[in-house]
Order: sequence, then C-alpha cells, then structure tokens
Amino acid sequence: MNINRDRCVACGNCTYACPMGAIYIDPVAHRATINRRECVECYACFNGLSQEHLNPSFVRTVRKLFQIARIRFDPEPDVCPTAAFEPEELAWPRMVRRAFSDPRVPHESTGVHGRGTEEVKTNDVSGRVGPGEVGFTIEFGRPGVGVWFRDIQKMCWALARAGVAFEKKNPVTSLMSDVATGTIREDIMGEKVLSAIVEIKVPVARAEEVVRLVWEIEKQVDTVVALGVGARCDETGEDAVVAPILERLGYKLERAKTNIGLGRVTNVQ
Amino acid sequence: MTNTLHRFGPAESFHDDYVIFAIASKGRNDQGALEKLRRFLQIAVRFKPVNLGDAIHGGAVRPSRSMTPAAHWKRDSTPDFDAVIAGLDAPTTVAAVFDNRAAANDFVNAIKDADLGLSINVSTSIDGAEQCCFAAGIPRHSVGYSLGFEGDTTRLPDSKVMLLSTMCGHGMVSHNLAKKMIDWVKEGRRTPEQAASYLTRFCSCGVFNPARAARLLEQAARGE
Repeated sequence: MNINRDRCVACGNCTYACPMGAIYIDPVAHRATINRRECVECYACFNGLSQEHLNPSFVRTVRKLFQIARIRFDPEPDVCPTAAFEPEELAWPRMVRRAFSDPRVPHESTGVHGRGTEEVKTNDVSGRVGPGEVGFTIEFGRPGVGVWFRDIQKMCWALARAGVAFEKKNPVTSLMSDVATGTIREDIMGEKVLSAIVEIKVPVARAEEVVRLVWEIEKQVDTVVALGVGARCDETGEDAVVAPILERLGYKLERAKTNIGLGRVTNVQ
Repeated sequence: MTNTLHRFGPAESFHDDYVIFAIASKGRNDQGALEKLRRFLQIAVRFKPVNLGDAIHGGAVRPSRSMTPAAHWKRDSTPDFDAVIAGLDAPTTVAAVFDNRAAANDFVNAIKDADLGLSINVSTSIDGAEQCCFAAGIPRHSVGYSLGFEGDTTRLPDSKVMLLSTMCGHGMVSHNLAKKMIDWVKEGRRTPEQAASYLTRFCSCGVFNPARAARLLEQAARGE
C-alpha cells in the first residue's frame, strides 16, 4: 500500500484504523507514513476508510487555521478526506502478506476467501472430522498482533516431528517446501502477515498430546495463538468425548461455532 | 477462516450475539449455491438481523468511495440489506447477525424448513447454539470450540477493547480504533450507536454485531 504524499493531509484517521499500528504521521514530512516492515498489506486502510475527494491544499489550510486557534476539529474518524491511499502491485514474496491478511483475496490453494479452509463449517457435507477424530486450527497473530512466518515455522516443525499430518487444502500447507517435515519455503520467512492458520487432524487419543505440544511451542513464538478444536457430535447432538478432554486440560468452554447438520451433497457428478 | 469463532468474552456476553452463516462445500454442494445463499439472506431479513453480509463484498453498513462533506453532519448508517442481497454475485460465506435468541431460533427454524442443502453454522455461546438447535429439533452435527487466546498475550490490549475488536475475526477492526471509540463515547463526542457504526464499516464480511458493540461501548464509557 502507498500513501500519496501530495494528497495526504496528515489528519491521522488512518493511524487508528491500521490493525497493525503501522501508520504514523512523520514529524518531518507531516504526512501519514507506512512502516513497510510492519505493514501486512491487509488493505483495511484502503477498504475500510470511506473516501472523500477534497482538495488537499484547502484541507491543510483549514486544519492549520483550526490548529492555530486551538479549535478541536472533529470530523468523522473513519474517513480519508483526500482519498490518499493507493494500492500498489505487490511482487513475490511480499504478495504473501496480502494473501494472508486481506480477507477479500481468495487463496489460490483453497479458493476460500480468508486464511483458513472450510474445516468443520462444512463437516456435515465433507466428513472432514469424523467420529473419534479431532481437528485443530492453530491460528497465529490474531487479534491485532501479526505473525512472521519464521514463528509459524517453529510450530510446523514441532507438529511434523510429532508425526502429525497437515491439512492439505490449507494456505500454510500450500507454502511448505516439504510437508513431511513441516518446512515452509525459505523465501517467505521474512514476511509478516495479519494471521495464519495451521490445520491438523488427529485421533482423539492424541488430542491432549497436541494441546500440550502447542503450549510448549507457543512460549517460543513472538505472537498470540488462538486455538480452535473441531469435533463430531454423536447422533443425539452431544460431544461427550472432546469437550471433557479440553475441560480436563483447564479450558473453560464458552464459545463455539456449531454446525447444525443441514447440509447435504447436491452436486450432480 | 475462523472469522466468527474467537470472539472475546464470557458466555453471558454473547446473549445478544448470534451469528448464523451458510456455506457451500467446494465440489460437493456448490452447484447452484449462489441462488440458495441469496435465499438464505432473503429469509434472514424477515427476522430483523442487525447485520447481514457476504465474505466478498462486506456487510450491510459499508464505507463509501465518494463521500461528500455534508455526510459529516448527516451520515446514513442504516443497514442496507437489499444492497447485500443484490450484490451477492458468487458463492461465498454469507452471514446474518441477530441480537436476540428468539430471532435466532425463529431464523434457524425457517432455514430448516427452507431445506437449502447448505451447511449452516451458529456461532455464539455453546449454550446459545445448543438452545437454537433444541428449539428447531436439530441435533448438533459438529462443533468447533474456541479455546481463547494464548501465547504472548502481553501484546493484547485490555478486555474492553478486545470485546469490540474481536467481533471482526478477520482482524479488520483495529484495537486502536476500538479504544478511540470507547474514549469518544466516554467524552460524549459520539453516541454508542454512532461509534459502533464506524467500527462496523471496517468489517469485510458482515459478521460484526453493531448492537452488541453499542452496548459494550456504553458500558465501557461508564467504566463497567
């Protein structure tokens, strides 16, 4: 993402809108400036801020007069008054940032908009997580912290060493140069993304082992981790298998997404 | 995409937060899915959602590409459900957000009767979703639990901010803007509803709950 310096009036609205806090007003140039190392190309600035198309010189003059008079200027906080944001053509490997950060961009590997896959959301149709199995989504970087691929790498190596298989239709898996060892391609190690999700599936008997492994590795990564656990309910709609394991591990189960089982295969082959 | 799963807060804080979404599975039930997804949204409108959206175009309150200065004094933040339905042009995840269990129950019942064949998920407290299923006479098929946030949590903001910002699971609502809106409501510069609408516009898939956000902003402003 670029900010057109001829158009920017340094109103500062974008500094609050950036999920990574990567935009600041340069004290010398008096323009909004993007810290390109921290920017994850999520496009929240371009897509989320409404745009006006005011004359930049006019706006700067008004703002200056208000500032001199110590009058508080109180415009809408979600507007770029001069439409100063300009998307740029991203080259490899930086384009990986956008693929994992801008939810409107579908992953080529999954066809799904966003950073994950269908996981248990379509389990009634896909049968992805069956009885006796547990699906894990290990998400890094969210909310609002971001993650470098070098940190995701640590988790992938550890999971691979434990003999866990990665979900094939997953954006992180698609960037592995060696899925068997969990090795992610080297040229994206220096890329930061808003979030990324590693997906695995194991037999119920290994659920506790995986959780404990995640606990161990997450101490070594410089970001937050959100763990999601998918389970198949029995015919009465109960989960008497996975929930007790999680509760025994100390989790208080408060929120979930529940697939209510109304889906069915309808495609004509 | 776990865009509705990891909302921050205890179970009781989701009493006014029911996200119900529909999704087709690639290669299994995606043929003709577009019309079924549109039907899902049309049915949802009957039960007065607080937001509606799809994962490509966004929610029912969207940013403007050509705002005029007059909008600063007279800005329309009314959800435009018709625009969401009319704008759906490709199969994707579609969602409806309700601020009460009765509406969520009734909607699930109506979707069951519509027999769309799509996967339908209810994202809320575990108990809230179970009650929705119970009311519709449907046993749960699968459940995806949120175990919350771990790792280096020292980098996260306070809970009042997290309650707001995590309502956009794609991370498009920044902590800093959520904090700014709490401060603005506290200072009386904006109403909770106005502040909630600013945050809602950043959500890129329409699952942000402006009603819950307004309640949270009001409570945070009072120091609760």
